[in-house]
This record gives sequence, C-alpha cells and structure tokens, in this order.
Amino acid sequence: MAKQKNVLPGFNLSLGFTIFYLSLIVLIPLSAAFIKTTELSFSEFWHIVTAPRVVASYKLTFGASLIAALINAVFGLLTAWVLVRYTFTGKKFIDALVDLPFALPTAVAGIALTAVYAGNGWIGSWLEPQGIKVAFTPTGVMVALTFIGLPFVVRTVQPVLEDLEAETEEAAASLGANRWQTFTKIIFPAIWPALLTGFALAFARAIGEYGSVIFIAGNMPMVSEITPLLIITKLEQYDYVGATAVAVVMLIISFMLLFAINGLQWWTNRNARSAH
Amino acid sequence: MSVITTSQYTSYHNKVARSRATSEPAWVRYLLIFTALSFLTLFLFVPLAAVFTEALRKGFGTYVTALLDPDALSAIKLTFVAAIIAVPLNLVFGVAAAWAIAKFEFKGKSILITLIDLPFAVSPVIAGLIYVLIFGLQGWFGSSLVDNDIKVIFALPGIVLATVFVTFPFVARELIPLMQAQGKDEEEAGLVLGASGWQILWRITLPNVKWGLLYGVILTNARAMGEFGAVSVVSGHIRGMTNTLPLHVEILYNEYNYAAAFAVASLLALLALVTLALKTFVEWKAASNASYNESVVQ
Repeated sequence: MAKQKNVLPGFNLSLGFTIFYLSLIVLIPLSAAFIKTTELSFSEFWHIVTAPRVVASYKLTFGASLIAALINAVFGLLTAWVLVRYTFTGKKFIDALVDLPFALPTAVAGIALTAVYAGNGWIGSWLEPQGIKVAFTPTGVMVALTFIGLPFVVRTVQPVLEDLEAETEEAAASLGANRWQTFTKIIFPAIWPALLTGFALAFARAIGEYGSVIFIAGNMPMVSEITPLLIITKLEQYDYVGATAVAVVMLIISFMLLFAINGLQWWTNRNARSAH
Repeated sequence: MSVITTSQYTSYHNKVARSRATSEPAWVRYLLIFTALSFLTLFLFVPLAAVFTEALRKGFGTYVTALLDPDALSAIKLTFVAAIIAVPLNLVFGVAAAWAIAKFEFKGKSILITLIDLPFAVSPVIAGLIYVLIFGLQGWFGSSLVDNDIKVIFALPGIVLATVFVTFPFVARELIPLMQAQGKDEEEAGLVLGASGWQILWRITLPNVKWGLLYGVILTNARAMGEFGAVSVVSGHIRGMTNTLPLHVEILYNEYNYAAAFAVASLLALLALVTLALKTFVEWKAASNASYNESVVQ
C-alpha cells in the first residue's frame, strides 16, 4: 500500500507540545519517585516495603478493592441490564445518577458514607443490632470502594448490551433455548470482555483511592489502614524515602493494571468489530 | 388507512418478538429491577440524601453561617482559582494531543495514548508525593526555590500542579475518539479552499467536536474542584490560605463540627449534581445533532 501524504498542517507543533506537556506534568515528576528510591540499597528498599504494617496495608487495600470490584461486577451488570432492557419510572434520572461517584468529590462521599453507615446512621443503626459493624472497620473500606467503583462496570457494559442485536436471541429462542440458556450461551459471552474491563477499571481505581476511605475506615494500623494513607503518614513523619518506596510498589502494580486494561479494551473492540 | 409500512411492521414485529422469545417473565423483571434499585439506594441515593439532611440538621441559620465563614469563603475562592488555571491548561493540551493523534499517523502512537492515561492509574496521594519530591524543601529544586523565595509546595502553584495532574487525561480522552471518527476530509477540503491551519481548527475541527469538548471541560472542572488526596499532600492545610473546599470539609469534620462540614460538602454535592445535569444535556444535544446529520445525509 502506497503511503499517502498527509497535507494537514500542525503535526510538529501539536505533537511537540503534547510530548513537552506530558513530560513536564507527568513523566518527569513520576520519574522523580523512581529516582528517589535509588537512594536506598535493594535490601533497604525490600525491608521498607515488606514491613509488617506495610504488608497489612497491602492486604487490606488489595483485598477490599477486589471484593468491591466483584460486588460492582455483579450489581453493575445487573444495573446495566435493567437500564437497557426494562422500562420503569425514573429510569432516565437513575441512569444519570449512576455517574455520581465520578462527579462527587471523594471527601464528600467519605463523610456521607460514614454518616450513613455509622452506628447511629440511617443504615448503620439498622445493621448494628444484627451484629454487622460497617463504619470504622475493614467492611467500611469495602463499602467506600464499592461506591467509588460503581459507575465503571455499568458504563462499560451498557453500550455493549445496547448494541446486541435481537436476531441472535430470537434465533436461540426459535432453536428451543430457554431464557437462561440464551443469557449464558449468547448474551454473556458477548458482554464478557466489557464486564472484565469494567471490573479491572473499578479495581484499579479502588487501589489508589484515598479521600472516601479515610473517613469511614477508622485507620487503625495493621487493621484498617490503607496503603495510600500509610504513604501520607510516612510523609507527615518526614520519612520521604520510606513513603516513596511504598509509592513505587503501588505505581508498578498500577502500571501493570493499566497495560492489562488497555489489552482488554483492545480485545473488547476487536470482539465488537468481528461481531458486525 | 389499512396499509402498514415496512418500518411499522418491523417495529411491531420487534415488539412482539421481544415480549415473547427474548424477554423474561414479569416476576423476573420486577425482581431484577428491585435488586438493582436496592443496590443503588444503599450505595448511592441514601449517602447523597444524607449530605443535605446532615447539612440542614441544625437549621438553615447554621447552614448559612458555615458557608459565610471567612475560612469557607477563602476556600471557595482558592478552589475556583485553581480550577480556572488548571482547566484551560488541560483543555489546550487535550486539543493539541487529539489533533496529533487523530489526524496523523506516527510511530509510537499507542504508547503515547497509554502514557496520556497514566494519571488515571496513579493514586492521588502519589500524584501529590511526586511534586513534593521535586519542589519540596528536600526536593530537586528545594534549595534554589528557597533562595529565590518562591513557594510551590504548601502554596497555590503546588495545588494547581496537583490538580493539573489528576485531571490531565479528561479532555484528550473525550476528543481523541471523536476526532478519529470524524476523519479529516472536511479539514482537507478547508485546506484546498485556502484556509490556514488555525482557521481549520477554529472553523471546522472545534465546531465539529464542540459537545465532546464541553463534556471534557465539565468533567475536568468537576474533578479539579473536588480533588482531595493529591491536593491534601501538597497544600499543608493552612486555614484561610491553602485550604480548598474539600480540605475545608475534612478540617471541619475532624473538629467534630459536623453541621458545618456537611454544609460545605453540600456545596460540592450541588456542583456534582449540576455536572451530571450538564452531562446529560450535552449527551442529549450530541445525540440529536448526530441524528440530524444522519437525516441530512439521507
């Protein structure tokens, strides 16, 4: 194929500015974190990032993020399904409000969830007599992370569900499949890549979350202290190297997740294209 | 008239088919709707309602007093100033990046797109930390900044930098797929007719993507005004000086001044609701534009 010459102007200017701004705001500052850790020998670095209190924070952060993302995968799929397939009063309003966790500042979400799920709150006062404590426990962390990850699965699955053609479902039905079989054999395989992408996005967002968690978590070291809070605690003690070492571990994990998500999205798009 | 047009027939046929073969029994539908709404109620609606109820718990007088407090007013001012600087910077970047990526082919394009997404993957706390490492007292430029009496960390420039970082990809992410979908035929036509590059950008490209652009700006602004973690690290929490609205909420809350904390929080919640309303409006506008264009083509 002969290479077509692009006649539009502004390539050098726009790409040059893009790379300059990207380097200045994102790449150089991020590299500062990696350069800072070179002040440490590897054994010192390892000692910091595997200290018991740090490991306990990883377990809480990744465990609660995983559970929250799973909850969002199940209920996000259900919400997307209900919004696409059924009609009911207030549907448009509810559809718009699903994005609230994107728009609501995390600190506001944090104090609101704490007020609702504390022992004297609207939901907490009803859960606590059943022996379920939410606020100021690891369960509270999970509730906050579920809140902030809520739109991701809904918004990735919704467009794929809308694009599904009725014909394949009709064909399945005419061939004698019941509704459950049609869902598991026809619909679910089509939305699976989008569901996985939404799950991964919610998980990635949850790992780094700070604002909504710190109010509801109780922040007890070894019990309900998330890794981003631990980084702030180290900073406040002027332990810049320690804070940066933990941050670098989180950055590496986040970058790996970002690449996985990009791969997933590529897969979703390819599936969508081959379906047409 | 007894003649049924094809399209009427198809839609009738679709409805019947949907209701029989490809829909669920009524009890399943109601159960699913009930479960989804219960989930959204527990995690979305109740917390949102709680913000406004808690804000007005001690009466409207206390609410107004909390908002007119000098520290609250200075927090409102700082929040607006940071957003007014950060949003245009990321807007210009978004347009430049989308122009390069959507209108040209070059090596490393997919890497560039991934790099633009990086700030989404970075914890806000780490976003603040990296600027402390560069501009803080012990940072790369710490001592030369002190010598020249320039404050970045614990001052407005640090807050703006952290805000720019966390809102970095929004406009670019909105514009890139839109401008890719629109191709470059119209721009090339403009060029042939003698338009300069800037004229093409102002008269053809930007008007074509205006709704996506507006949506990107709305999102950037909402996130800029509400950012907490990154700003918290670089601000130093100096009352009346370097406190943004979300930080002011935290301080009031930690002082057990719940009514005032929720009063200020309700302002931010209103901002979020306005953002969602604008977003819905922009999507509706974009959709009606698209269907208008289609009908013109047909």
